[in-house]
Amino acid sequence: MLKKNWWKILSLLLLIYTVIAGYLNKVPDLPIIHQSIRNLYFHVCMWFAMMILFIISFVYSIKYLRGFNLRKDIFASNFAAVGTFFGILGYSTGAIWANYTWITDQSQSLGSVLKEPKLIGAAISLLIYGAYFVLRGSFTDMDKRARISAVYNIFAFALLFPSIWIIPRLVGSLHPGAPGSDSGNPALNAQNDLDLGMRLVFYPAVIGWTLLGVWIATLKIRLQLFKDKTLINA
Amino acid sequence: MINRIITLLKKDILLEFRQKHTFYGVLLYIASTIFVLYLSIESPDANVWNGLFWTIQLFICVNAVAKSFLQESKGRMLYFYSIASPVEFIVAKMIYNLLLMIVMSLLSLFLFTIFLGNPLQNSLWFIGIVVLGGASISIVFTLMSAIAAKAQQNAALIAILGFPVILPQLLLLMRLSKAAFAEVFRAGAVMHLSFLIMGLDILVIAMAVILFPYLWKD
Repeated sequence: MLKKNWWKILSLLLLIYTVIAGYLNKVPDLPIIHQSIRNLYFHVCMWFAMMILFIISFVYSIKYLRGFNLRKDIFASNFAAVGTFFGILGYSTGAIWANYTWITDQSQSLGSVLKEPKLIGAAISLLIYGAYFVLRGSFTDMDKRARISAVYNIFAFALLFPSIWIIPRLVGSLHPGAPGSDSGNPALNAQNDLDLGMRLVFYPAVIGWTLLGVWIATLKIRLQLFKDKTLINA
Repeated sequence: MINRIITLLKKDILLEFRQKHTFYGVLLYIASTIFVLYLSIESPDANVWNGLFWTIQLFICVNAVAKSFLQESKGRMLYFYSIASPVEFIVAKMIYNLLLMIVMSLLSLFLFTIFLGNPLQNSLWFIGIVVLGGASISIVFTLMSAIAAKAQQNAALIAILGFPVILPQLLLLMRLSKAAFAEVFRAGAVMHLSFLIMGLDILVIAMAVILFPYLWKD
């Protein structure tokens, strides 16, 4: 049991560590951000987990098209679902954070602040996976649904990648990781953004949240496999 | 292979001339949409004009390209299946939609300047951008139309599937079109943006050629 489930225990321990150390450790007191910098352990990790889950989903879609094994389709769709969930969490933690750090002028609305290249990229990714699930819902035939949605998943992921990773880097933005911001590029600049104490919490937090995402996905997959047992073995 | 692509392309163009009602339908759609815009806003400023123009392009494309796969009946698809390879088929469709969309884009640009005024400082630039934009949008929607044709309630599905995917390119196009509105760009930035859009187009074409064979079989 321990041999197979060590990573679940690791995930739990890392997340306990993240929450306790994340709230208690010493953080650099930067202007504007102040103590809200602790959101880094949650907000940024959500995106890491989302991206990793989407990549897993993308790989399973390719695997599905190579062998037309329905198990692979169940894997792909559930990883995409959990990834979308993490994306929504990442977006909302980011919106709360932006509400307190980016709005410098009282007359500014959150809506105007959120029109950022990086945030548009994030919104696109959520829309794409929303469309993916609408597409899945429009089929009644399982094999057809699996095949067509795998094609869309691969295509959408190929276009999602530049919209998250390339385009935001080319245009100015308030968000760290853009050429206009003073934090440098890439997003996590070791000299400016993170001191050693924060990194000691941040990296374990990324691993912990990602493992939690994979854990949730595997539970969903097992449930689905159990439900479709007769169909898949047939 | 090239011969067969040309034959398929010819067939699509011939079909367009035979069934003129669909072509005129899209033309009427363009004209009436722009006329509605003309009635609802008078001489918009350059920013609004630009935003409206690209949004309208998107809807025109959904309407013009949507039928490319929906019009093919099941029996005819089976016939194509026996005479051509999927790659030839999708390439022919993409070229055809690209030509159609470029014509439609230029026409809507013409109507825009008539009804909504002409805020363009550099019209030639903008025509170039419109051709590039029409090409990018039509390629993406060709594949979306192929996907949506496989699902039942397809017309609405094209928009749902296509809009998030086209957004990055559309944002780049809107940014690039500002060059035609006399906005000063960094040196080389215009070329940079154009190459980025073309790069995305090549990516889309490559993905379509790789993925279409999986859509094609039933």
